[in-house]
Amino acid sequence: MTTLNDELKSGLPQGEASRRNVASRRRKGAIWRTIFLSATIFGLIALSLLVYNVVNEVFGYVATEYAVDPATLSDKPLDELNKDELVAVLQGNMRKNAFRTLENEKPMANRSDSEVYDLVIERVLKPQTLETWTLRDSWFNKAAIDAQVASEFPEAKLEFRSWISTSFLTTPMSSDPLRAGVRTALLGSLWMIGITILFAFPIGVGAAIYLEEYATDNRFNRIIQTNINNLAGVPSIIYGMLGLVIFVRTLEPITSGRIFGADSGNGRTIVAASLTMMLLILPIMIINGQEAIRAVPLSLRQASYGLGATKWQTIWHHVLPNALPGIFTGTILAISRAIGETAPLIVVGASTFIVTDPDGPFAKFTALPIQIYNWTSRPQPEFAHIAASAIVVLLVMLLSLNAIAVLLRNRFSKRG
Amino acid sequence: MTEKQTDTAQHTLVVRNMNVYYGAFRAINNVSLNIERNKITALIGPSGCGKSTVLRSLNRMNDLVNGARVEGEVLFHEQNLYANDVDAVEVRRRIGMVFQKPNPFPKSIYDNIAFGPRINGWKGTKSEMDDLVERCLRQAALWDDVKDKLKESGLALSGGQQQRLCIARALAVEPEVILMDEPCSALDPISTLKIEELMMELRQRYTIAIVTHNMQQAARASDYTAFFLMNDQRAGELVEYGPTGDLFTNPKDKRTEDYITGRFG
Repeated sequence: MTTLNDELKSGLPQGEASRRNVASRRRKGAIWRTIFLSATIFGLIALSLLVYNVVNEVFGYVATEYAVDPATLSDKPLDELNKDELVAVLQGNMRKNAFRTLENEKPMANRSDSEVYDLVIERVLKPQTLETWTLRDSWFNKAAIDAQVASEFPEAKLEFRSWISTSFLTTPMSSDPLRAGVRTALLGSLWMIGITILFAFPIGVGAAIYLEEYATDNRFNRIIQTNINNLAGVPSIIYGMLGLVIFVRTLEPITSGRIFGADSGNGRTIVAASLTMMLLILPIMIINGQEAIRAVPLSLRQASYGLGATKWQTIWHHVLPNALPGIFTGTILAISRAIGETAPLIVVGASTFIVTDPDGPFAKFTALPIQIYNWTSRPQPEFAHIAASAIVVLLVMLLSLNAIAVLLRNRFSKRG
Repeated sequence: MTEKQTDTAQHTLVVRNMNVYYGAFRAINNVSLNIERNKITALIGPSGCGKSTVLRSLNRMNDLVNGARVEGEVLFHEQNLYANDVDAVEVRRRIGMVFQKPNPFPKSIYDNIAFGPRINGWKGTKSEMDDLVERCLRQAALWDDVKDKLKESGLALSGGQQQRLCIARALAVEPEVILMDEPCSALDPISTLKIEELMMELRQRYTIAIVTHNMQQAARASDYTAFFLMNDQRAGELVEYGPTGDLFTNPKDKRTEDYITGRFG
C-alpha cells in the first residue's frame, strides 16, 4: 500500500498542488475559447462591413436636373397630360428619325400611359444626375444635403432613390447609369451557370464514382488523383487561358454554333464560357463527390454484396443515394465559385457592353461579375451605386441557387 | 483434424486445404473443414485467429478486401467456389451473410426485405412480394413486431430487431447457407437469446455457420464447433473440430481444453 502511494506521489501533483494544476489547465482552455470566439467575431464584423458598404451605396438621395424645363413643353403639368398629349409632346420634341425608331420598336398605340410618360422623361426632359449621396449621408446629414442642393443646384430635384428596382432588373445595359440595368448580365449568368451544371454534374459525379469505386490503387491512378487535387488550386485565370485556347479557338466550329446552324461569328459564346467554368469547378466537384462516396459506410456495401448484388447495383441502389446529400453540398460550393468568377470570363471574351438578351447557348453574353467589374472601374460616382446594386443582385441570385441545392439535398437525405 | 473425409454430398460446404493471404501475409494456414447440412456450426477462437476470415471465404466476401487471395478449395455441391467460371455474385445469393453490427438499409422495413429479390431479377407480382416479405419476417420472428409499420425505416427498430431484420433480409433471396459473423456481439442478452432461438428454428431449412466470441453461445446453440488458434507466424489454424458436445466435454487437444476452460484467450 505505502509503495503504491509513494510511487504516485513521486510523479503526480497532490492536494493543493493538484487543485492549482486543474485550475491552470482550465485557464488555458478558457484562453483558447476566447481566441476562437474572437476569430468568429472578426468574421462577423467583416461580413457586416461588406453588407454595410453595399447597402450604403444602393440607397440614397439623388439630385437631378432636367435638360429641358418641363414647363416649356406644355401649359399643364406633365403628370396631368393624357396619353395622346404625351405622344404629341414626344413627337414635337424629338428628331423624326429617333421617334420613328421608337415607333418601330413598339407602336405608341400599344404602349401604356406610364410607358409613354417614362419615354417623355427619358427622351425629352433628359434628366442629368448632378450629385448622389450614400444611405448614411441621406439619413444623418439630410440638412447638409438640403443646404448643398439649395446653394449649388437651385433648379435641381432632390429625391430619395433606390438604385436597385424592378426596372434595374429588367432593363439592359446602358451608358447612362440612371437607365442602366442588369437584365442582360443576369440572363447571361443564369444561362452560363445552367449549362455549366448540366456538363459538370454528370462528369464530376461520374469521375468521382470511377476513382472511388472502380480505380485500383496503382501508380497511374495515384497520379490522376494527385493531379485532380492540385487542379482544384490552380488560379482561375489559367483556366481562362485554357478555355480560350480549347473552346474559343480550337473548338470554334462547335462553340460558335456553326455546325448546329446558329453561327454567332466566333467562339466567344455562352457555351465556351460554360465549358471553361466546367473545367474550373470539376476538380472541386470530383473531390467532394469522392469524399461523399467514401463516407458511405462499408457495412452498407457489405449488406448489399451479401445479398448477391453486383457492384453496379450496390453503387446505384446504396452508394449513390447515400452520397447524394454530400454530392449536392459539393455542387453548392462549386456553383458559388463559378457564379462569382470574373477572370476566366474576361479571358474567354465575355462582352462588357451588350444590350441584347442571350437567346441560346451560342449567344454573345455578359455576366454579372463582368458587369460589376466594368461599373466599378468607371470614375463617375453614379456607377458605384449601380455596381453595388448589381452586387446585391449577384448575392441574391447566389443565395437562391444555393437554397435550391440545399432543398434538393434535404429532400434526398430524408428519403429512406 | 481427425474428421475423416466423407462423401461431399452429405456436407453443404467442404473446405479443403484452404490458405488465405492478405497481400504477402498468410492469415489462414491449411484449413480443412466440413459444414454439415441443416446443422449449426460454430467457429470459435481468440481474437485475430482468423475465424471471421474463414467465414468470409465461404461466400467470397473476402473478394471485396484489397489484396485478399484464397488458395485451396471450397466445395459447394461439389463445385469449387473459387473456380474461374464461378461468379461471386451468384455465390453470395446462395450463401447469405449476417454481419456483426446490424446493418439494415436506410429504407423502409418492407424495402429492406424486397431489395434482395428485386436486384436478383424477381419477376413476381406486388402481392407475391407482400407474401414473400411476410414469410421472411415470420421466419425471422419479427412479423408480429413490425407488421403495422412496414413502411417505417428499418433504422427505427431496436438493435435486436434490426439484426432479425437483417436475417429476414438474407432469407428473402432463398439461400441454402447463412453465414453469421458474430451476430450477437452488439446485442443485449435477451436479444441474443432470441437470435439463438431463431437459429435453432432456421436450422431445419438452412445450414448455418456462426462465428462467435462467446463460448457459452457456441455450447448452447451449435451442433458442431471448430476451434481456431494462431500459429507462430500469426496465421490462423484449425485446432480441433467436432460435435459441440464432444468438443466441450472431452476435448482431444490440450490447447482446446485450455481455451474452453478459460486458461487463456
